[in-house]
Amino acid sequence: MRLDWEIAKRGWRRYAVYPWATAAGIFTNTIFGFIQAYVLLAVFEHRTNVGGYDARDTVTYVWLAQALLMTVYSFGWQEFALRIRDGSIATDLSRPLDPQRYWLAFDLGRAPFHLIFRGVLPFILGGLVFTLHYPSAPALAEFVVSLALAVVVSFGFRFLYNTAAFWLTDIRGVVTLAITLSVFFSGLTVPVPFFPSALRTVARVLPFASILQTPIDVWLGKHHGAALVLYLGLQLFWALALLGLGRLALRAGARRVVVQGG
Amino acid sequence: MLLWHRLVGAQVRSQLQYRISFVLDLVGAFLISFVDFLAVLVIFHNVLRLGTWNVHEVALLYALSTISFAFTDLLVGHLDQFPQKIRDGNFDILLARPRGTLFQVVASDFQLRRLGRAVQGVAVLVFALDGLQLHWTVGRLAMLLVTIPSAVVIFASVWVVGSCLAFWTTDGGEFTNAFTYGGTFLAQYPIDILSSWLRRFLAYIVPLAFVAYFPALYILDKPDPLGLPRALEFAAPFVALVGVGVARTAWRFAVRHYRSAGG
Repeated sequence: MRLDWEIAKRGWRRYAVYPWATAAGIFTNTIFGFIQAYVLLAVFEHRTNVGGYDARDTVTYVWLAQALLMTVYSFGWQEFALRIRDGSIATDLSRPLDPQRYWLAFDLGRAPFHLIFRGVLPFILGGLVFTLHYPSAPALAEFVVSLALAVVVSFGFRFLYNTAAFWLTDIRGVVTLAITLSVFFSGLTVPVPFFPSALRTVARVLPFASILQTPIDVWLGKHHGAALVLYLGLQLFWALALLGLGRLALRAGARRVVVQGG
Repeated sequence: MLLWHRLVGAQVRSQLQYRISFVLDLVGAFLISFVDFLAVLVIFHNVLRLGTWNVHEVALLYALSTISFAFTDLLVGHLDQFPQKIRDGNFDILLARPRGTLFQVVASDFQLRRLGRAVQGVAVLVFALDGLQLHWTVGRLAMLLVTIPSAVVIFASVWVVGSCLAFWTTDGGEFTNAFTYGGTFLAQYPIDILSSWLRRFLAYIVPLAFVAYFPALYILDKPDPLGLPRALEFAAPFVALVGVGVARTAWRFAVRHYRSAGG
């Protein structure tokens, strides 16, 4: 536990040393947030309700998505794949520390940094211009739980596609496909309630809704009682399932590692 | 120009050596942007019009923006990696060579796979034109043919001006993304649905309205929901020229203020 904590602190610090990158990211998220908010608000000129979302829910959704996309790291992560490709994995495997556990701890240190420094400010800026939905104290607590699970689901998925590097020398195609699927089905481009019903069912079955749509729905207070437990349970299921699959892939891949001498 | 031809030609030949990998990359780029357009279709699944625009009209905006941006990305996309050159001090090498620095940056990386996005843009254009059933006059065709190169130049100018920031903030490269990737996102939708302050900033000062919105009004023979002068529909090539001037000045100014990272 102590060790995980130390690794997590390094995850935080890695991103904290680039203040300009943080400022630039906040600016970009804010611009995208404004454009997306006005596009989706135009839908509500003709309707008052889309899949259970009203205009205020939708705008809140847009700003939460922009605020959280770095926390759940929507745009891909390849660090572990690069270590496999350049052979550093051999050193990693000889350490008395599991690589998956190391990177999970690192990611759990990174996520709070991005939540505070990339998430809070765009959301406040959005809140200055639009009327947003703010949760009650219990809903906020539920949201924090759901978001923590979302980070683990996201990490589980990212770690899994990184292990493809054990079998492929160039995983760019895999990463591209993984990001495309997760960005769309997590509801980052358009909220899942806007999907036609068939597509919505697909989105509910896949793990990606657990990464963004579920925590946002919890913030908006869309799930109560048993439904809430069900959705959090689904997140927990995907977190464990993806971590398990990543573990199997790591074990299978590690057997393939050949250390070249010289 | 001859030198550009040689540098880029060599890269294209090398990328075509690995046929399967190249085709996969192309398909990947196509898929990513297909999902991107799916977002537009999902929105129109819920509503018949955005403002006064129907799905085929928005598809025309989308196609103009996407095709132009794909070509811009192909030509100057390497500017995204350029802040790295400032950070590690390798920009010094470019200064020592007897060619323009901007030319060297953009000619040093030419990824043919970025055309996958243009292919998708053309597919959306076909979808738009099929639904619109326009009567093709010389004027409309000319507008379409003039708009795309003008839009490429406008996007490229924005990209260059944004990249100049890297000379001062070495890790602030993402500022540019707001105007390049954010710019193509904005231009894919009608600007009259934006609020006026955002429109002033992103459509006129950063001249993204000339990429698709004004030319599309002409092609569609659609009255401007904003009631602006019709002359603006023909302004894209002139805006592009001004863009080149601004980009040149900004780049020169920035290079003059370059301080090497040192060894």
